[in-house]
Amino acid sequence: MSILVIAEHDNATLKAETLKTVAAAQKIGGDVTLLVAGFNCQNAVDAAAKVNGVSKVLVADNAAYEHQLAENVSLLVTELAGDYEHILATALTTGKNFMPRVAALLDVAQISDIIDVESSDTFVRPIYAGNAIATVQSLDSKKVITVRTTGFDAVATDGNAEVVNLDTVTDAGTSSHVSDELTVSERPDLGAAGVVISGGRGMQNGDNFKLLDGIADKLGAAIGASRAAVDAGFVPNDMQVGQTGKIVAPDLYIAVGISGAIQHLAGMKDSKVIVAINKDPEAPIFQVADYGIVADLFDALPELEGKL
Amino acid sequence: MKVLVPIKRVIDYNVKVRVKADNSDVDLANTKMAINPFCEIAVEEAVRLKEAGTATEVIVVSIGDKSCQEQLRTALALGADRAIQIDTADSLDALNIAKLLQKIVEEEQPQLVILGKQSIDSDNNQTGQMLAALTGLPQGTFASEVKVEGDKVNVTREVDGGLQTVALNLPAIVTTDLRLNEPRYASLPNIMKAKRKPLAVKPVADFGLDLTARTKLVKVTPPAQRQAGIVVESVDELVEKLKNEAKVIS
Repeated sequence: MSILVIAEHDNATLKAETLKTVAAAQKIGGDVTLLVAGFNCQNAVDAAAKVNGVSKVLVADNAAYEHQLAENVSLLVTELAGDYEHILATALTTGKNFMPRVAALLDVAQISDIIDVESSDTFVRPIYAGNAIATVQSLDSKKVITVRTTGFDAVATDGNAEVVNLDTVTDAGTSSHVSDELTVSERPDLGAAGVVISGGRGMQNGDNFKLLDGIADKLGAAIGASRAAVDAGFVPNDMQVGQTGKIVAPDLYIAVGISGAIQHLAGMKDSKVIVAINKDPEAPIFQVADYGIVADLFDALPELEGKL
Repeated sequence: MKVLVPIKRVIDYNVKVRVKADNSDVDLANTKMAINPFCEIAVEEAVRLKEAGTATEVIVVSIGDKSCQEQLRTALALGADRAIQIDTADSLDALNIAKLLQKIVEEEQPQLVILGKQSIDSDNNQTGQMLAALTGLPQGTFASEVKVEGDKVNVTREVDGGLQTVALNLPAIVTTDLRLNEPRYASLPNIMKAKRKPLAVKPVADFGLDLTARTKLVKVTPPAQRQAGIVVESVDELVEKLKNEAKVIS
């Protein structure tokens, strides 16, 4: 079997999540080809060629793919699809955007957000915000799949794959990129961080999120938030951890002033160790936390920062 | 400008779903149902476009048995002008839903189709993108702002690193994210008025499509339960446990 994995990258760097999507491809089993579609993306291509278990890297380097516009990328992937039984992308906002377009153009179903592989046509995925786990069999000859990376361990990066440049350009001409307003942060990405500290409604306002900074600095942590904190306007949506935000599974997750609504738990309950700091001993977060501390966060946070 | 809003009837987001004892599916008997929250945001956005004078007509469509008329009436009460129910007892894959919606787009010729980014039951996040592919239209997914300007629509999208704005030629497909707007509550007079708004029922067989299922649900199980841990008495104890027991900090 041959498998096409579409690399997640920003032209300059290959996102770490791609290594986990390749791991999912290896679990399906077969010859893995990685596609890097971008513009001036040589650095991402160099990184892609080192990904273990990849035999070939296809490169489509053209302005049409600079911003990963779904209209253009989906046409490219559909054109390449003939050679592959499985097409995989990471279930981040880029893959979620263009992959269903690929599936529809190929006239096949998509299996979204898989967390495990049972066989080459049967996959496991969460439904109902993670409150149920479905095992789904694809009846199509081609499988279009997005991978939730928390379910797979990253492959190593000491490989040496062959790089093949493509000269086809697929530009639908129906959309264009206007601007990006990206959050600039010194901290690691939420999706890739080994430690995440998140604040909830208990933080009371956006300014108080600064209380998390010192701890995050000491632990090299990313800072997240619950949907309640985002809805209340404390912090921007790109910090949201939960079913409708980012799904994370760090080694250590510290939930501060977060009650533990179902939709938040769906985004973090696969973390290795969960710590909850909440003054309400009845908060549902304590039912999933390995270590809980019933305390006022305004006392506990400065103390914790001091003792790390 | 016509705006089409496909909506889905799903379990109310406050209700915790249970898995059936035979693991065949989830148990939805006697559960409270509602418009999928993201679809509700889509209805609200369309109604606001009409109130701003940009849209002339808002059409809502839902695919399901007679019970989804309840959600269509709710959308009418929120300000949609008319509704279409595509009548089927089957639960269809996103691709087949998109194929049916494609027929409605061909018939109604809307300039804008606004959908929720995903439904909170199947969590697929596919239908809008698939409809865009089938109709050959551009898409602005996970929208936090929608601005119609002449023959284009500018859509600001919630992406992993922040926000991205794209310009799409009209007609176009938009899918909504949470921050796009805050849906209104339907007033009693509007609920009454909605009962008299037109609701057309179209049998699924009339569309002449092959809607064979492309996936098979093998089983549904409850998620692995995490064991509750311990409550520590002090920050000192917490730091000690994290260092020496969990070994996640040094």
